[in-house]
Amino acid sequence: MKCDIILAGVGGQGILTIAYLLDNAAVNRGLRFKQAEVHGMSQRGGAVYSHLRISDAEIISDLVPEGQADMILSVEPLEVQRYLPYLRPGGVVVSNVEPFKNIPDYPDDALVLDALARLPRAVLVDAAAIATSGKVPKAQNMAMVGAALPFLPFTLADFEPIVQGLFGRKGDHVVAGNMHVLRTGNAVGALTAALLDRGVTSQRAHQLTSGLDLASIDPAMADELAAQPR
Amino acid sequence: MADRELLLGDDAVALAAIHAGISGAYAYPGTPATELFEFIHERADKLGIHAFWSANEKVAYEEALGTSFCGRRAIVSMKHVGLNVAADAFVNSAVTGVRGGLVVCVADDPGMHSSQNEQDSRALAKFALIPCLEPANQQEAYDMTRYAFDLSEATRLPVMVRLVTRLAHSRADVVTAPALPQKPLDPATDPMEFTLLPANARVLYRRLTEKQLDLEARAAQSPWNTLDVPPGAGRVGILTNGIAYNYVREAFGGQVPHPVLRICQSPVPLDRIRALLDQVDELWVVEEGYPVLEELVRGVVPPAGKVIRGRLDGGLPRTGELTPGIVAKALVGATPQGTAQTLEHLPGRPPTLCPGCSHTDTYALIKEAVKPYEKGQRIRLFADIGCYTLGFYEPHDAIHSCVDMGASISMCAGAAYVGQFPALCAIGDSTFAHSGMTGLLTASRQDANMVVFILDNGTVAMTGTQDTLATGQDLVDIVLGLGVKSEHVRVINPIKSKFDENLAILREEIEHKGLSVIIARRPCVQWVRRTNS
Ligand SMILES: Cc1ncc(C[n+]2csc(CCOP(=O)(O)OP(=O)(O)O)c2C)c(N)n1
Ligand code: SF4
Repeated sequence: MKCDIILAGVGGQGILTIAYLLDNAAVNRGLRFKQAEVHGMSQRGGAVYSHLRISDAEIISDLVPEGQADMILSVEPLEVQRYLPYLRPGGVVVSNVEPFKNIPDYPDDALVLDALARLPRAVLVDAAAIATSGKVPKAQNMAMVGAALPFLPFTLADFEPIVQGLFGRKGDHVVAGNMHVLRTGNAVGALTAALLDRGVTSQRAHQLTSGLDLASIDPAMADELAAQPR
Repeated sequence: MADRELLLGDDAVALAAIHAGISGAYAYPGTPATELFEFIHERADKLGIHAFWSANEKVAYEEALGTSFCGRRAIVSMKHVGLNVAADAFVNSAVTGVRGGLVVCVADDPGMHSSQNEQDSRALAKFALIPCLEPANQQEAYDMTRYAFDLSEATRLPVMVRLVTRLAHSRADVVTAPALPQKPLDPATDPMEFTLLPANARVLYRRLTEKQLDLEARAAQSPWNTLDVPPGAGRVGILTNGIAYNYVREAFGGQVPHPVLRICQSPVPLDRIRALLDQVDELWVVEEGYPVLEELVRGVVPPAGKVIRGRLDGGLPRTGELTPGIVAKALVGATPQGTAQTLEHLPGRPPTLCPGCSHTDTYALIKEAVKPYEKGQRIRLFADIGCYTLGFYEPHDAIHSCVDMGASISMCAGAAYVGQFPALCAIGDSTFAHSGMTGLLTASRQDANMVVFILDNGTVAMTGTQDTLATGQDLVDIVLGLGVKSEHVRVINPIKSKFDENLAILREEIEHKGLSVIIARRPCVQWVRRTNS
């Protein structure tokens, strides 16, 4: 088993928290991992990324080799494009749909989303909506980890002690809120994955999932949704 | 059972230093080395280790040397360009030698992720004639640092541990070894040992050169310099260093079919390289950093009948960081099969000043103040290193130089002396404490006709809001103490509501024929957020 991930986002979006969750999940499972990140200059609102490698065998390089990433997990839709050369054929993109516009030449929103939906395996999620549903609007990271979970060698239960450790001192409701966001993100991710597995395009999967009530999403809905007339 | 910890490369070196029984840790912040000192700093009180951010790397190095003088162990850490600042102390400390183990950890930045250059610290270790160790992973970072302290005491020399960004800032789990207690206070007694008068220095320098044979012999036998010869290997060999070794192995999926010699402890054991050369017709030198080994191998007369490939013949890029892809392409000709971008125009996203950053307002003010002087020609602002360097980018477009810590003031003075008017420069509070004070003293003794802006945001923001040594009234007092006339030391609060008032102050000081210092004082918003949370 190996899982090579490129985490992407913009400085300040907290991708290092995502890395922290995944690192600890890997260690708790007795898996090996390496996680290379950038600090300093680029954290001031610039493009930031992290290479995260998880495996049950020796990991040699800290950097994911170009063309070998199994997943790009991005908190920002435009940033996905920067790292596509790393994504292996058949790899999956899990991305937030909400743009972060801090540059003057940010392309049209529709163009950015359209470009993502054209990728063969893209899971597009509205992280803000999912985070808000758990009453922790800042926990967009958690929503992204949840959405990526169906493609990772972890389960929801793996994150309970880690989330407890991260937010325990802020109170039980914060822990519960974050777990709710993880769970909801996971449901969206799992349903989208099931749709993609049934041959539905990324674009259509996004259309089908984005109209649903977050509280009722269930991967078992995939057959029914995939059969829906367009 | 041995302890396992989740550590950055920086952390691994720090923890090893703690376990090696250091009594002091010394540093000035700089990416990618900052986290090393921070790791020790957070634990220092509990462990009874002295740890305090120094004014600059030279100070930090000398403090470490003083600790070593007392027979106690010390670590000093910095980014690669910091070693230039500490170079005087560094080179001379090899001549004096050390007592308590002294490890200098230098984090290089190939690819210049957050630096002005990509200089290779191995070259400076060689210049100073001291050993250098280069870990390839977090575990080795820990193990080599433990080894480095012993090596330092065995050879009585400072020992360098060289990290690179990709290791310093990469996390993995590390198995640690039992911790040692600190060493007792036992200061040097021989007065000549640390007194580099020429008569003493000649003796000590000869002693340093005589140590080189021993150092090379140790490197020849070092557990970190390994030659792997797989069964049935052909006539192509690979010579590599540090983390480049990982990329070589990765290129072949872990099983390299060629002999691979990695040199991670220097001085370079030449016999080991000769032995490898004997076995091959073609040698690839795959180095993270400058072509240090490659130049050695090529020499004045390249080895007869051998093809040498590497950074110097275009086999690998001459500059920049290596990646697994670059190395795989060179060694196995593999072109990675990635995924094509699906967006035609992908704009860059450079770092920017935070919303609400005081530097933004200070730049707006300066740009407005100089307008009457422009007369068709842009007024130049000499700047320095810190968050405010981001004033280079649109929409600020405000600065015209950034060379090395402190250069703003001295370069501006050099321009003022030969007639530039208005001569203006901007420097952050921490950069001023690091290397700006001596430049200002020199300028004040000549009453140079220039305006120095000190951007006092209360913290070392660029590297993550560490403590600064000169802020608020202390900073004003330092400026006055350096001889700047009090009527031309002005403190402003660069906020929009005081724009006009501030503008008048700037214009007055530009008009003043002589040295003025304007301190723009307003806290960094990230620092405020962090201290309030
Ligand atoms: C010799 C050297 N040491 C350290 C650094 C790393 N470094 C760059 S800027 C900086 C400090 C900036 O602080 P300050 O001048 O207060 O400006 P701010 O970032 O707060 O605006 C540091 C530590 C460097 N580039 N060169
Ligand atoms: S970290 Fe502070 S000094 Fe740096 S850009 Fe942000 S507000 Fe400005």
